Amino acid sequence: MKMMTRATVLLLALATAACTNPDRFGGAGGADGANGADGANGANGGLAGSASDPTSPAYFNQAIGDRVLFAVDTSTITPTGKTILDGQAQWLLTNADYRAVVEGHADEQGTREYNLALGQRRANAVREYLVSRGVPSSRLQVTSFGKERPIEVCSEESCYAKNRRAVTVLSFSAITS
Amino acid sequence: MKRLLTLLLALMLASPALAQSGPLRLTITDGVIEPITVAVPTFQAENGAAGQVAADISRLVVQDLAGTGLFREVPASAFISQVSSFVQPVAYADWRAVNAQGLITGAVTVNGNQLVVKFRLYDVFSGQELGQGQQLVGTVDGWRRMAHKVADATYSRITGEGGYFDSRVVFVSESGPKDNRQKRLAIMDYDGANLQFLTDSSAIVLAPRFSPNGDRVLYTSFESGFPRINVLNVGNVSRQQLGTAQGEMAFSPRFSRDGRQVIYSLSNGGNTDIYRTDLGTGQHVRLTSAPSIETAPSLSPDGSQIVFESDRSGTQQLYIMPANGGDARRISFGDGRYGTPVWSPRGDLVAFTKQNAGRFHIGVMRTDGSEERLLTSSFLDEGPTWSPNGRVIMFSRETQGAGGTSSMYSVDISGRNLKAVPVQGGASDPSWGPLQP
Repeated sequence: MKMMTRATVLLLALATAACTNPDRFGGAGGADGANGADGANGANGGLAGSASDPTSPAYFNQAIGDRVLFAVDTSTITPTGKTILDGQAQWLLTNADYRAVVEGHADEQGTREYNLALGQRRANAVREYLVSRGVPSSRLQVTSFGKERPIEVCSEESCYAKNRRAVTVLSFSAITS
Repeated sequence: MKRLLTLLLALMLASPALAQSGPLRLTITDGVIEPITVAVPTFQAENGAAGQVAADISRLVVQDLAGTGLFREVPASAFISQVSSFVQPVAYADWRAVNAQGLITGAVTVNGNQLVVKFRLYDVFSGQELGQGQQLVGTVDGWRRMAHKVADATYSRITGEGGYFDSRVVFVSESGPKDNRQKRLAIMDYDGANLQFLTDSSAIVLAPRFSPNGDRVLYTSFESGFPRINVLNVGNVSRQQLGTAQGEMAFSPRFSRDGRQVIYSLSNGGNTDIYRTDLGTGQHVRLTSAPSIETAPSLSPDGSQIVFESDRSGTQQLYIMPANGGDARRISFGDGRYGTPVWSPRGDLVAFTKQNAGRFHIGVMRTDGSEERLLTSSFLDEGPTWSPNGRVIMFSRETQGAGGTSSMYSVDISGRNLKAVPVQGGASDPSWGPLQP
């Protein structure tokens, strides 16, 4: 119930933009294969449910945190990242109808090919951590967008730090099978 | 030492302009450059319908040649002699007087959509024709290709090397802001003309690569949400996906020299290695097997070796291994990180992207790693591709900051003649195709 209070506060910050991608709930900065971006943090709240509902993707995205960040050219999960991923694992175990694609990203300082491979490493590190916390590996896929989908656009470390990320993007099992 | 070599390697005239003793010849080798001077009087229009296209072709021949930095146009305002007929004898003394070393004359006929171009190249100071007069037949729509062919023949006769003007480039056309960039495959002539789109912008596409004869293009597409390799037929724009298992990512493809196989990177379980797939049988072969990132493979022209990048040493470096896999030897040893190696069509050099001290460079080195030369320097240069004759490199350059955009540049392997490739909008990941037949 203590969590509920926090989630209610977060709800106020939720955007209500409609999602055009019905099988996805991970709008918080997750990229998809389409050239269109999913928008900034908190988009897709409309279909992601209410952040006050701990079983909703919105709660996963907002209250737990859908992403972890990485240091330059590494795929090591930080202590902060582990806390977030512990929460993600717990949520995924409780909400067994959901699957996830972990999307790895890199900052712009690197070649296109290397960054795709680096993003894959990051996404896989997250997947392995979630599996180590009991999430069935069959529910987790990984992909990488390399440097193709930054969420911050400046060419400084303040932006790069946010772009070096792995985002856990939820989808509903029944739809993606 | 490296800097000294950079200075030494430049394009050179075999003999100074006025002291030319032998036939007109430009040896592209180490040394200093003095461009060959050429006069290109407007080609004769042999009938009324040919007037405009004759003028256009003449201008484009000059543009191609002058664009190399190896030739300089003698302006028409300096001409003493006028060429009023394609068959009249050349008044060499008049062309010598304006210091034109080369003279190109031509004649153009238009019949309906048929275009006939005749041209001759003269060595003014030797007072003789260089090679033989040539006649090209094509369509009026294809006039640019005809001009490129005249320029290619001229370049080739004077340098003794193949040209690169009648060639095309496939690349990624970009629009939109940095955090929502729209990317689609596009193809154009080497000089930016005749741009056509090959895909729409519904999915991210990356790094197209021409087949050796230019009939197909490999590229990476995110249409499935996962990077996968597509093979696109340039003629009918049909495409098919290279078979990839679920959970795998495939990217960074290149054709083998016979166009039947693809070498590429496959990522699975956080590890990226190099594989080869036969397009006919669909059979896969794994070529590297290391826990590090192995990517950006490129075959030697004889097909016997692969140059690739790996971070097995801790940072990205370049390695060469046999085409069927096996022991790899490291060839890059300078400061910084090296990626996206591409074997030159002549087999002697490897072009690469280098990242060092916060800057990116396009460079070349010999295949044993010696004689490294950096040709460019900017906030972000990457992805070199070779001209068909191995003398010029095209690459992507991205500018810094929130408003950063990508465009394509070319540079001679001497480091000279750096210039933007004129394309409307953003452009990245060029792949330079072969000289067209």
